Amino acid sequence: MADTVQGIVGVAPVSPPGNRPKIQVVPLKGLPLAAAAVVFVVIAIAGNWQWALMFCHVAGGGLWTGLDLFVGLVLGPILGHLSIPARAEFSAKFMPKMVIIMPTVVMMTLASGFQIARKLGNLYVTSPNHSWLIASFCVVGVMAVIALGILEPANIAVLFEMNKPEPNGELIARLMKRFIYTAGITGLMQVATLIIMTRVATQ
Amino acid sequence: MSADTNPTTKSPIDRTFPPIAWMSTGALALVIIGGILMASYAPRKAPLGVATVLLVVAALLLASAGVLIGGLRDFPRKTFLKVFKWAIFADLVTAAMIEFAFVRDQTRGSSLLIVTGMLVIFTLCVPTTIAFTVARYADD
Repeated sequence: MADTVQGIVGVAPVSPPGNRPKIQVVPLKGLPLAAAAVVFVVIAIAGNWQWALMFCHVAGGGLWTGLDLFVGLVLGPILGHLSIPARAEFSAKFMPKMVIIMPTVVMMTLASGFQIARKLGNLYVTSPNHSWLIASFCVVGVMAVIALGILEPANIAVLFEMNKPEPNGELIARLMKRFIYTAGITGLMQVATLIIMTRVATQ
Repeated sequence: MSADTNPTTKSPIDRTFPPIAWMSTGALALVIIGGILMASYAPRKAPLGVATVLLVVAALLLASAGVLIGGLRDFPRKTFLKVFKWAIFADLVTAAMIEFAFVRDQTRGSSLLIVTGMLVIFTLCVPTTIAFTVARYADD
């Protein structure tokens, strides 16, 4: 178990490879914040607490959309033009944080959003928002497959590769390319989310 | 089968593997489509036939990916299991939250059973994809 913890979260490496500090794939300091967010969403859903549900949906959705747009359309293209060592160094600091932040904000947004839609009657077929909500489910579904099936595995594989005594630059470049393209696609899909959500809010 | 599923012993980057990550991602896509179908009918009862077919096909895809992983020789299983354990912990939290929301919304009976099945597949296929992607380039 100690090996497991050390390998994944990089706790107390006795002798890190060379002079490079071992990358903490899952930053332990962020876990209490993620846990607090989970508890808050559970309380909001269990208590049918409208303000808390709205807060989780707006705050989580704003962060999620903003991060995806920024990473996909601003950071991604910049990363694509950096040298491999620069990309690797940036990723070593950036990706572990995203491992905690993204699942937390996505969970906050989706769980609270579904409850709000149910409470406001937007899920009923007779609601003018019904078809927009189905469209948003589809957009989120595509983003989930891209993020969970392609982007996140590549990010974590990059971090593991960088923890090796001799990281393979070619492999890191290949995996980072996957990150840059998929982040761009999810960034563009967030534009669709913005259109859908503003339609839902104004009908 | 092992002849098809054995990576050739080149450098980690050049090794070829069966499409395990694509299979588990395919299973994920199917349960997400099923989830959208179920959610789009809420609070009415969704037609369960299509959702059941999606669930069964997703389960078969994931099981096939598991069999293929089991048949791989020279595969870094230690790394695979290490990553799988941590990833499943994170996905369990997400799945539990979704299950809680459905139960809170009075989803019951066969609908709840199918949603639970989909969440089980979700909880297993994301860690499988992540762990396989990491392990295929690892050296235990």
